[in-house]
Parts: sequence; C-alpha cells; structure tokens
Amino acid sequence: MIGRPSVPRSGWHPATVVANTPETTTAARLELDVDGWPGNAAGQHLDVRLTAPDGYTATRSYSIASAGPATGDTTRVVLAVDRVPDGEVSPFLVDVARAGDRFEVHGPLGAFFVWQPAAAGVAASAGDGEADAAGGPDAAGGPDAAGGPVAAATRPVQLIAGGSGVVPFVAMAQAHADAADATPFRLLYSVRTPADVFFAPEFERLAAASAPFRLDLVYTREAPAGWPTPPARITREALAEAVLPTSDAPLVYVCGSTGFVERVASWLIELGHDARAIRTERFGGT
Amino acid sequence: MQHLDGNALAGALAEFFSFDVTTAIARCNGCGAVDEFARAIVFTSPAGTVVRCNSCDHVLATLVESGDRAWLGFSGVSAIEVRRG
Repeated sequence: MIGRPSVPRSGWHPATVVANTPETTTAARLELDVDGWPGNAAGQHLDVRLTAPDGYTATRSYSIASAGPATGDTTRVVLAVDRVPDGEVSPFLVDVARAGDRFEVHGPLGAFFVWQPAAAGVAASAGDGEADAAGGPDAAGGPDAAGGPVAAATRPVQLIAGGSGVVPFVAMAQAHADAADATPFRLLYSVRTPADVFFAPEFERLAAASAPFRLDLVYTREAPAGWPTPPARITREALAEAVLPTSDAPLVYVCGSTGFVERVASWLIELGHDARAIRTERFGGT
Repeated sequence: MQHLDGNALAGALAEFFSFDVTTAIARCNGCGAVDEFARAIVFTSPAGTVVRCNSCDHVLATLVESGDRAWLGFSGVSAIEVRRG
C-alpha cells in the first residue's frame, strides 16, 4: 500500500469562538479554540451543532481552513462560513457568534477529500493504494484499479473551487507550503466579484512562498478594472486552458456547489482526465 | 432536491462506526460497481438520508435518525472494504 491519509480520530468537542471577522460581504472567518482537538489533515471538515434552549439542535458541515499540527497550536481551528439566507446555522455563525461564544463541533471528519505532503509519510489520498483493489470486495477491479501506478504525493495537484468551496483548498495550499513541498500546486478559483474572494492575503503569500503554487481567478459577475477577460461563468474551454494538462496526470480536487462540481467534473472527464484521479466535494446550494 | 455526496455522511456515520466510512469501499448490488462511499450520491431530507450508487442510481444505504435511536440500512451493498489501522 502506498499510503492513505493519516487522520486523527473524530469526536465531539466544545469549541469557543476566539474571533469572528468578515471574510467577504457574505462570509465570516471564525477562529475557534476547540478543547481536545486532535488536529486535522488539510481538506477535512467538521460538523457544528447548535442547541436551542428547548433542546432543538441543528447540525451543519463546514470545511476546515486550517490544518494542524503544522500550525503549531492544534486546538486552533479556522472556518470560513458563507451565509445561507434562511439557513439555520450559518446566519448565527456569520452574524451573531462573537468571541467567547461556545458550541459543539464534531470532527475532524472525512479522509477522502484530503491532501497531505509526502513529508508526512503518507501519500495524497487520491488514487492511493492501487494494489489494494485485489483485496476489495470484488477482486475484478476495485475503484483504484484504473488509477494505475501512482506516486501520489509527487503528482501535481490541481484544485478547482467555486465560491466558498475554496475553504478546504486554503488548508491544502498551506500544508503544501508548510512542508516546502515541491509538488506543483494550482488553484483555479471561480468567484462572483473581487469582493467575494476568500483568503486573498493568504493566497498572495502562498503564491510568493517557495513551494510552487499558482492561483488563477475566474470572475463570473464583476472583474477588477483592467482584467484581461470579461466576467463570465467558466466554460469547458477556459477550464482546459487553466488546469494542468492531462499529460501531467494531476490529482484534481473540485469543491463547490453541487451544480458547479458536477459541471466541472464532467468537463474534466471529457478533457481526458482520469475519473479516479478526480475527487469531488459538493455542498449543495445553487 | 439538491443532492450532496458521500463526504457529507462522515459526521453522521462517525457516530456509529469506528472507521471513516467515507473512504470505505462498497460494492453496489445493482450494478456491481465498486467505489468509495465518498463518491456516492446522497439525498438528505428531514425524513432521512438516502445514499445512491453514482453509476446506476441504485439505493446503497439509508439512514434515519430520531431522538436517541437511528436506523441504518445497507440494502444495496453486498460488501464493504475497510482499511485496518
């Protein structure tokens, strides 16, 4: 087995809001101190549970923008939450929660939509363990069988985000930079307007860091003055131009609304990318 | 109804299983496809959650939760591969 993500055991933990700052016009960055947090791999998520005085609970999943223990302080967890109009949880997190507020979180969750540097002793999870298919429930072709031999951790990585789907990618890009990993990393990021860009200063720093990282922005509603292309939704042709070529055999991670993810994933396959090397995470929405 | 994918099951299923179900590999009874749960299509509603095969749309699993009880069905899965450790 080449490796698989090594992720901490999940559990419920009390979280205290350390800071709540505006991230975009509709989103907030929440810095949490999570008692007993075991750390998390880049790309994992957590569930937030809010409990009303009458005992009613509402639980929602949020991607984690931080990855530990590389950040040093493993009880610190950063989320970036976009307000869903009429939502039960996100309006509280974005507009109401302030330093000192407490709620429960369950995590870290999910080992599928994860990237880890080779230095961590594990390969990136996509396409891992092709040899394991023979031990699977059906020896004739496990899900990894088509992936072929991979040195997963050294495969170039293409991240593709729609809107707040960029949150797990800031954790992956940071983990990549923290490890000074030489794997080429690219992020194609579709946003409505310049004011909707999450983690703009972080991405600027990451692009200047020694680990190879490139950010390509696509503006769908309004572009900055002098931007070379008019605002428009991403097309298959624009996707083909912006992403790593199939000849590089990149691992591709796609995160965004269900519609965005499925549109992009189907184009990637049409463009010749290996379906087994594409990992997707949908957050519903429109 | 807007669907999600198997990643969304991680939290709910971590309540019941000691391994990460989203990276477990299941074989669909409907078409024989073998794939990670994370790649399945997930429909959620207040009544419960339905997990469908991304190849043939066959129902793989259902989850209904009510108060202190939960009902887990794996009617469409013939085998699951779980990594140890």
